[in-house]
Order: sequence, then structure tokens, then C-alpha cells
Amino acid sequence: MEIISKFLEKNGIVFTFLVVSLIIYFSELISVKATNKKIPGSAIAIIIGLLLAYFGGVATGGEKGIADIKIFSGFGVLGGSMFRDFAIVSTAMGASFIVIKRTGWAGVISLFLGITLSFIGGALIALLWGYHDAISLTTIGAGACTYIVGPVTGAAIGASSDVIALSIAAGVVKAVFVTIGTPFIAKYIGLNNPHTAMVYGGLMGTTSGVSAGLAATDPTLVPYGALTATFYTGLGCLFCPSLLFIMMKIVFAD
Amino acid sequence: MIIYGVGILAFCYVVGQIFGEFIGKLIGVDANVGGVGFAMILLILINDWLKKKNYLDTSTEKGILFWSQMYIPIVVAMSATQNVKVAVSSGFMAILAGIVPVLICIAVIPFLAKISKSSQID
Repeated sequence: MEIISKFLEKNGIVFTFLVVSLIIYFSELISVKATNKKIPGSAIAIIIGLLLAYFGGVATGGEKGIADIKIFSGFGVLGGSMFRDFAIVSTAMGASFIVIKRTGWAGVISLFLGITLSFIGGALIALLWGYHDAISLTTIGAGACTYIVGPVTGAAIGASSDVIALSIAAGVVKAVFVTIGTPFIAKYIGLNNPHTAMVYGGLMGTTSGVSAGLAATDPTLVPYGALTATFYTGLGCLFCPSLLFIMMKIVFAD
Repeated sequence: MIIYGVGILAFCYVVGQIFGEFIGKLIGVDANVGGVGFAMILLILINDWLKKKNYLDTSTEKGILFWSQMYIPIVVAMSATQNVKVAVSSGFMAILAGIVPVLICIAVIPFLAKISKSSQID
């Protein structure tokens, strides 16, 4: 047993290829046999991934899902930001530059609107939960943008560590919710064309959520959504601790 | 050769990401701003240019297409490494603070998509 687990640890990525291919095989099987292709196999595979992440987190108490279990540590490499971004860039091969140029300005508007609306939404929930100081409200609002904007903002404006932890949690919930929700809401919001995908990416902003959600909806939309989403976290880190924080200080001056 | 395709992709990735890092530095934030986006645009432009010049053969193209086919498996591995336990166990407030903003944004999508589409016919 020990020989096997040591071997799997040492050959993490290759073992991950094997496990992921099995996950996808069984997901396709479930998709065809149990849902008559109504739920795409990739959506099922992603949900299985999230379930594995949950069990990994419960079993080890770590933060990296199943990658915290030693023999599955290869998941952390294959699913890490380097391979993810590398693969996202490669999807641009199928994208149309003309469409991107035409929808560009709508993408920009959706980015600003997405950051502002998410921020206000998150801050509003925090307000209902009894937070009244500008620092905590801003940090939780920033967390509602993405789980990176939250802690970056919190650290910049001096939030307490429990508020920062809350902001990360809000961002992770958002990423998971967008991942699972996208394929199901797609038809109700007309998410079936590159234009809407670019607007969607800008509004949601969570790169992991948008890219996984669109993959499960329609893989040809991935490059468009990912293109705008990739600007979101950076812009959020720019606006939350500055402009939006100043506005919160004016509204919640004590 | 396949490696040329992978190399082109890697070139776009490296240049785009470094550009994103510098933009982050320039506007004073501790994050990469649009690195992946710049890399994607660069790849589209280079791909276009190579096609026009007829430098792109199928095996070079395969080096890039392989990675776009690997995209979903990578996303599955990514979801398996998310901190789902925190998302589930962080209490009702964090869950609402994550979900409510998404719902607000979803509500404005049809509106935004409409104005972005009506402008393309002009």
C-alpha cells in the first residue's frame, strides 16, 4: 500500500490525468444514460469535482480541496492557475476578433457595472447582518467581487482578520454558485452567443466560475467570457480600496 | 511540428501575463490586470497573421488545439481544488453575500446584451 501511495504522490500529474479522465468518462455516461443529455457531461464532471473538493476539505481540514490529500496532490498542479490560464489562452484560437472588437465597449461597461453591483450587493448583505463600519462593509463588498479582491482590499484598508475571512468565503461561494448555476440559467438570460458571453464574463468576473460555468454551457463561448472576466479581479483590486471605499466612508461616516 | 504550436501559445501566455503584471504595477494594484486577456488577443492576432502568410500547418495548429481540448479536464481538476468546505460551512451571511450579487448581475444581463447587440447592426 505504502509503495503505491508513494508512487502516486511522486507521479502526481500523470495520476491526475487518469483520475480526471475517469471522472469525465463516468460523467458522460451519467449524462447520456440518466439525463438523456439534458445536463451536459462537463457540467456533471465539474459538480463531481466540487464534491471531491468538499470531501477533501472535510477529510484534511485544508484549503485546496482534494489536492490536500497527498496522492491527489497533482490536482493542485493541473487545476492550478498556470495550466488554467494556459488552456484559457489556447481557447482564443476559435474566437473571432471582429466580435470582440464590436462587443468590446459593452464588455468594458459590464466590467464596471459588475464590480459596482457586486460590491453594493455584498455590502448590503453585510449591512443587514449588523456591520456598520465602512472598513468591514467595503471588505465584504469587495469579497462579493472575487475571493482575491476581498483579501487584497481588506489588507489595504486595515480590516480585521475575521472580516477578511468572511470576504474570502463570500468570493468562494460566488465562484461555486456561478460554476453550478451558469448552465441552468443560460437559456433564461440568452447566454448562447459571444456577445452575451462577453457581457456575462464582465458582470460575474470570477474567472474560475465563469470559465467553468461556460465550459459546462457551451465550450465555444469560453474565450469570450474569459476575456472580459480576466480584467475583473485587477480592476476590482483598483476600485474597491480606493473609490468605492471613499464612497462608503462618506455614506457611513461616524 | 506540434512543439511550434505549443511554443506560440507559450509565447502569447508569457508576453500577455507579463504585460498584465506591469499594468497592475502601473495602476498600483497587487494583481495581474488582464494578463490572460492580452495573451488571448495576441494569440488571435498572431494566428491571423500566420494564416495569411501560410506559415501555419496542421501539426503546428494541433499544438494549440490540444490545450483548448484539455480545457475542460483542467477545469474539472480546478473545481476539485476549490475551497468548497469554506463555501458550505462559512455561515449564512457569506453564502448570501456570494449569491445575491450574482443574482443582481444576472438581472441586468438581458438589458446589457440588448444594447450591445443593437449597436452591431449600425
